[in-house]
Amino acid sequence: MLSRTADHLFWMARYMERAENTARMLDVNYQTSLLPQSADTALQGWSGLLSISELTWAYQQQHRQIDARNVMDFMVRDEGNLSSIWNCLRAARENARAVRGALTTEVWETQNQTWLEFNRMLKAGEFERDPGAFFEWVKFRSHLSRGVTVGTMLMDEALHFLRIGTFLERADNTARLLDVKFQALAGDDYFGPTDGGAPPPGAPATPQEVDFYHWSAILRSVSGFEIYRKVYRNVIRPEKVAELLILRPDMPRSLAACMNEVVANLQLVANQQSSETLRKAGRLQSDLRYGRIDEILATGLHAYLTQFLDRVGDLGVGISRDFLVPMAA
Amino acid sequence: MKPAFDEMNTAAGSLRPQYEVYAEWLKRQPAEAMRSRRAEAEMIFRRVGITFAVYGAKDEDGAGTERLIPFDLIPRVIPGAEWKRMEEGLRQRVTALNRFIDDVYHGQEILKAGVVPAEQVLHNAQFRKEMMGVAVPGGVYSHISGIDIVRADTGQGGEYYVLEDNLRVPSGVSYMLENRKMMMRLFPELFSMHRVEPVAHYPDLLLETLRAVSPSGVNEPTVVVLTPGMYNSAYFEHAFLAQQMGVELVEGQDLFVKDGFVYMRTTQGPKRVDVIYRRVDDDFLDPKAFRADSTLGCAGLLDVYRAGNITLANAIGTGIADDKSIYPYVPKMVEFYLGEKPILNNVPTWLCREKDDLAYVLAHLHELVVKEVHGAGGYGMLVGPAASKAEIAEFRAVLEANPANYIAQPTLALSTCPTFVDAGIAPRHIDLRPYVLSSGKTVQTVPGGLTRVALKEGSLVVNSSQGGGTKDTWVLED
Repeated sequence: MLSRTADHLFWMARYMERAENTARMLDVNYQTSLLPQSADTALQGWSGLLSISELTWAYQQQHRQIDARNVMDFMVRDEGNLSSIWNCLRAARENARAVRGALTTEVWETQNQTWLEFNRMLKAGEFERDPGAFFEWVKFRSHLSRGVTVGTMLMDEALHFLRIGTFLERADNTARLLDVKFQALAGDDYFGPTDGGAPPPGAPATPQEVDFYHWSAILRSVSGFEIYRKVYRNVIRPEKVAELLILRPDMPRSLAACMNEVVANLQLVANQQSSETLRKAGRLQSDLRYGRIDEILATGLHAYLTQFLDRVGDLGVGISRDFLVPMAA
Repeated sequence: MKPAFDEMNTAAGSLRPQYEVYAEWLKRQPAEAMRSRRAEAEMIFRRVGITFAVYGAKDEDGAGTERLIPFDLIPRVIPGAEWKRMEEGLRQRVTALNRFIDDVYHGQEILKAGVVPAEQVLHNAQFRKEMMGVAVPGGVYSHISGIDIVRADTGQGGEYYVLEDNLRVPSGVSYMLENRKMMMRLFPELFSMHRVEPVAHYPDLLLETLRAVSPSGVNEPTVVVLTPGMYNSAYFEHAFLAQQMGVELVEGQDLFVKDGFVYMRTTQGPKRVDVIYRRVDDDFLDPKAFRADSTLGCAGLLDVYRAGNITLANAIGTGIADDKSIYPYVPKMVEFYLGEKPILNNVPTWLCREKDDLAYVLAHLHELVVKEVHGAGGYGMLVGPAASKAEIAEFRAVLEANPANYIAQPTLALSTCPTFVDAGIAPRHIDLRPYVLSSGKTVQTVPGGLTRVALKEGSLVVNSSQGGGTKDTWVLED
């Protein structure tokens, strides 16, 4: 297939996934803000959200202070914020439109309809009326987009590039979420060498750890609350949350699960110049497959996730170079 | 001007036979039901993204530049026998036009015979000297032709006339296909009441045509559609046709020339391309040969083309045959190349470059339509009877300054067809663009074509950029 077509497909999937993850984070923060909490905690939630997306600076150019309404507006509908849901859905749709011939009619219509309906809902004030329902709608449009893709497309390169885009973006987003949420609790580093290695099993590491709501919010933002209960059948403990979201291959939004998908799809599109990218992807996958949470925590979660994000970014560059960016004549 | 020929009703007020069943059905439909069908059609077109871009315009939300082409619910119906005759005429005309282009770029017999004035061809901006002596597969230049036909009552009761030939990159065929799909979706019962000739096989015929004209020696040709990109007004159509044919939709940046062949950049490395259905104008095809600032084409393409290693559909240089200054000579071409009498008539035309013709035109501006020779899209024209005194005076000055740039025709009362407008059902002027596919071995059409309708009351301008809409076109089996 055309390199340009693959590029549009890859980015269509990435932007759709990013829109979903942004909606997930916003939803969790919004739901948390409805619980009784100190102004400080609330503020921390919203500023954390901006820093996950590396948008604190851009936000401050427009707004003097961080508050729920402004952050939500900035992340949902701000046309100047390239990471807002509005821009993600626009970019997903524009990428789809550029290659609509490579998509099934159902896939294209789903993208187009999402974009048209999103704007209609914004105009009708549905976001202000019920942010929770609005975020839920974005999430479900993303589910639909993925479902209609897997359910109607020929299982050829086009589908593989879409899948690579989805899971690479998801790996990135889950890692960012983890990093910020764990840091928020413990300042510099929640688990790290600074406090002498991993916390003793079973013992609360910080007073906040008892905050059931904090951990359950993280889990809910990745649809992991029920999964956690099912997998661990125990109270919610931070190291288990980290294990679930990093290493469990059966947790669909974990880093391990995402990398398994990325590698599987990359192998299906391999070409003569992609061996180095495949090697790096396979290595990252193996690190996750054979990793242990206590080792990861011992070296410091923040350091681990930062390195992971670098490696995912590097993979994205490699994929572009090997498949997407036009080769010299 | 007497009332125009109406496709459904005779002047005496009775129904034409091809509309009897439909009119009976239409009478039974409550206006409210029709209105909700129209809203449904609009909703579906928007969801499917059947839109076109208007340069420099904003859509109804003031956000983008994508617009819907208004779709009218009432079909234009053509009796089978009328279509059969028209089809014969189209094949004849397009065959002669292809012979003409081939002749112009080779022996120039028609110029030597003095049938078409040589200087009109050789000094025409549309004449591409790069094409002299270049052999194209099957001798076909215009593989896809859109022939604009109007019907007017000039005394014999509603004759068809060719208004112009479109031999470069005629567009609109996707609307023909989508309009039919929409009608079948909205009013399935109508199709059980009528025997409407199908059109959905057009992409198949198109692919067959494109494969048939591949460079010699290529057995399994790789066909692509070349688009200027998603911001082009006809982008939907380019994507639609590529998808329907199952071929790649490429942009100039996806192509490159190496060692005398054209390749596209794919995820598995370069892949050779054999046939390009290009929807990019000649001027932009090759920055090395034509406009150097073009980013829409592929550098070196012309050399590959001249060497016979790639087929372009349509060929470079077809504009010489659809130029408005050449149009008056088409009936003579039919006689010259085919030895036949033309089946389809031209509209009588005055060439303003001729002194006598110009004098006549200047004296009758208020009753003529004056068009730019190279104009398209309904821009740069004067519709005499509809123009104000000031507009006529202004146009007169423009015309006198550069008469060779204009032709004039009588204001034909284009036929009307009942159309569903806000006020109810009212007659509106229409035209017809059938699409003709030529492969050198065959000249094929699908029954009907695209009917365009001028939605403004009394307007004769059917172009989508000027407030025109479209209708489904039915050819009834006899």
